[in-house]
Amino acid sequence: MTIHPLLAATLILATGLVHAAAGPMGYADARHLLARTGFGPTDAEVRNFAGLSREQGVATLLRDTRTTAVTPVPAFALETGPTGAPRGDNVSEETRRAFAQLQTRNGIELRGWWVQEMLVTSSPLTERMTLFWHNHFVSSQQKVRIARSMYGQNALLRAHALGNFGAMLHAVSKDPAMLIYLDTAQSRKGQPNENFAREVMELFTLGEGRYTEQDIKEAARAFTGWSIDRDTAQYLFRPGAHDYGVKSVLGRSGRFDGDEVLDILLAQPGTSVFVTTKLWREFVSPEPDAAEVRRVAQIFRGQNHDITAALRALLMSDAFWAAENRGTLVKSPIELVVGTLRQFELSPIVATPFAIAVAGMGQNLMSPPNVKGWPGGEVWINSSTLLARKQFLDRLVRSSEARLPGGAPAMSLQPPMRSATMKAREPALARNDDDAMASEARLVAAPSLPAVADDEKARARRAALSVERGMRNLQFDATQWVAQRQGATAAARMEVAQGLLLPLPPVAADTPNADVDATTFMRATLLDPAYQLK
Amino acid sequence: MNRRHFLRASAVLPFARVATLPLAAFGSAQLAVAAAPTTADYRKLLVLVELKGGNDGLNTLIPYRDAAYYALRPKIAIPADQVVQLTDQAGLHPALAPLLQLWNDRKLAVLQGLGYPDPNLSHFRSIEIWDTASRSEQVLQDGWLTRAFATAPTPRSFAADGVIVGSNDLGPLAGSGTRAIALADTEQFLRQSKLAHPGAAARNKALAHILRVESDIVQAAGHLDGRPSFKTEFPAGGFGNAIRTACRIIANPSGVAVLRVTLSGFDTHANQPATQARLLKELAAGLVALQSALTEIGKWDDTMVLTYAEFGRRPKENQNSGTDHGTANVHFAIGGRVAGGMYGTALDLARLSGDGNPAFALDFRSVYATVLERWWGVDSRQALGGRFAPLPFLAA
Repeated sequence: MTIHPLLAATLILATGLVHAAAGPMGYADARHLLARTGFGPTDAEVRNFAGLSREQGVATLLRDTRTTAVTPVPAFALETGPTGAPRGDNVSEETRRAFAQLQTRNGIELRGWWVQEMLVTSSPLTERMTLFWHNHFVSSQQKVRIARSMYGQNALLRAHALGNFGAMLHAVSKDPAMLIYLDTAQSRKGQPNENFAREVMELFTLGEGRYTEQDIKEAARAFTGWSIDRDTAQYLFRPGAHDYGVKSVLGRSGRFDGDEVLDILLAQPGTSVFVTTKLWREFVSPEPDAAEVRRVAQIFRGQNHDITAALRALLMSDAFWAAENRGTLVKSPIELVVGTLRQFELSPIVATPFAIAVAGMGQNLMSPPNVKGWPGGEVWINSSTLLARKQFLDRLVRSSEARLPGGAPAMSLQPPMRSATMKAREPALARNDDDAMASEARLVAAPSLPAVADDEKARARRAALSVERGMRNLQFDATQWVAQRQGATAAARMEVAQGLLLPLPPVAADTPNADVDATTFMRATLLDPAYQLK
Repeated sequence: MNRRHFLRASAVLPFARVATLPLAAFGSAQLAVAAAPTTADYRKLLVLVELKGGNDGLNTLIPYRDAAYYALRPKIAIPADQVVQLTDQAGLHPALAPLLQLWNDRKLAVLQGLGYPDPNLSHFRSIEIWDTASRSEQVLQDGWLTRAFATAPTPRSFAADGVIVGSNDLGPLAGSGTRAIALADTEQFLRQSKLAHPGAAARNKALAHILRVESDIVQAAGHLDGRPSFKTEFPAGGFGNAIRTACRIIANPSGVAVLRVTLSGFDTHANQPATQARLLKELAAGLVALQSALTEIGKWDDTMVLTYAEFGRRPKENQNSGTDHGTANVHFAIGGRVAGGMYGTALDLARLSGDGNPAFALDFRSVYATVLERWWGVDSRQALGGRFAPLPFLAA
């Protein structure tokens, strides 16, 4: 019996397809998976995953994800006694200011702590998801003020990051930072504050258009009484403030409390679709496929809102792996900075300057712009943020050039941060770390502190200085890093490097060739527009 | 063409939009019509001042003879004897006293009851409606100015269509095709602009966006050099700095059509009086400095300043000496050619809706129509999605 040539071709093709799904995914796929779910994978990490099938890779990624941080938590964050927040009218202005400054300083330390965790964690997906939920269940230090409450929320989001969405919703709704941020703590029977009721429907569960203004008013009554202890800022239910009357929410009526309203929201199919759509934009592409979102949302809902189940379905979707979806997502500032440091295996002693660098690119951790969070995507990139990103990358490569004996690199630009003013200021700042920290504190928090009449330029300068201090301690050697890549020739090693660093072929950078030295090549690659994408 | 060749080419033709040409595939309307002649007069400048968070209009323009006002606000009402009286019915918050001279000179138009049908009380949704000039239920991607500039492009010689000062949120300039520059400080921008890296091939939307921003930076930086100095002293603080930066940009001969500055912190759910007084004081000091500096350089007569915000606040104060999200609001138009006076009608506090908010009297898109048609001479229908009658607050 002979096999028809066409049939034979079909069989070979089919075998090939099966092989592609079950066999080793290879370097490019592994790079894609790790870049999309973590921060800038190293060459070694990509090689480890390249031998796995896509399914094995996704399973490995989702197995044993961390629920706590490895980085030691700053002491202030774990205190449980009185916060010392000034109350009432007879508190002096100095006392108020001292408290505000302490909280601001602690808040900066906390941002540095989180960036440190992102840099060192063995479970980058946990931190990506913690950040994702921080941008979903938004609270901001600017309003909450109490830094340890911001830590409490961060720990809560990490604990649930890949766990159960419903459990997280219930927990975060009683979280002190959230109770302060969306005014639930101030809401009482007869005078319900609608802020939380509105956002829990619009931004946390259903999405706009799936509820009415009346639903908000009724739900707001159910959340009355969810409050905080004014001394310790811990959750406290105040029965006297709770409205025990009948409420009607989304077609159901009863003497609901807040938890029952949350369960009503969780039971709506719209919630799983809304959250899945947001996960799609985070991990797959800027344009969700409605049918695929519905399919994944059904899995998410069918598995009792298990976040890992939703992620598994998304990461195993054809769309996730599709060639046309690669390099279509813009890296967030934190992904750019942490990813760059991780992929070059650079470990800063203090991570705070990098939290400040990220803030300068439009992502001040723990202080999203409003309750909707950072819009992300193309909005990350405008003329101001793009230049801040490039300045960071340029500085990193120049730290490498500075180590080269004998001088000026071929493509040197005017160094933007080496003005005479800065040199003159540097020793003064370096002498006193407290001063440096305080100025960093003002830098990040000034918009919320009316008493501080700060100068934009001085702030920008302090930011640059702080980043400069952080960068100076890094030991980055671009030439050596390129030399460590696999490849018989310099050009081949550069090509491997480019394949790791860029999700798409370079747009502006030169094709590697023997004439270009490694530093020049690395500079062109990192400053290439394609490096902003994942 | 490799990057170095490109840079050389753009050095020879600094105004050419070479770098953005491949982006036409992504629907840049501006490029499609860039060659069309325009009668628009963009030498006239628009300065938008966003009062972010939703300034409380009722304590900005106070109906100091209205008993209903004092009944609704037992704790936070401004006493009649502190009001800066403009008419026998209404006056300004005391912190806005520096604006009285503009009022007396008939250069301050007070636009009362600004809003839109079926108001949305969410910050982001409502500011999105204002920024995109959409209907309440309609979601649009592009800002109203982006659509206006697509219909009638600014001169190519301009440094940019618009500059957003001190904020990364492009607001009315958001969307594709517009040349918007966001910066906090011009000198820092010029230093950093040397890192911009235009390229040719746009493989997807995100990349196309990045490449467009790269080339916008190169163009703007080619024009914003020079360090004009002013005799005017600018107030300290973030808003004063933003006004100073705006004035430096305006002083540059190459021109921009619009600047947007932002004053944040108006979301006063609690302890409103102190916060709003501080913010309005900053606002007044900034606007007076703007007038002074632009008069110095002879641009005041070609400048219109407009305030805007996502919404007003609820007339009835809340339990925390604050106010919750509301609807209709009061805003100001100021400028050398503004016909000062009261426009629209005062909020009717006796007739509040079920949720306690007043009806609007003027559609905010009529204000935009005034800018587009009467100020710039641009057809407004495309940008505003329909015909809205301009208001008579510009002197003939």
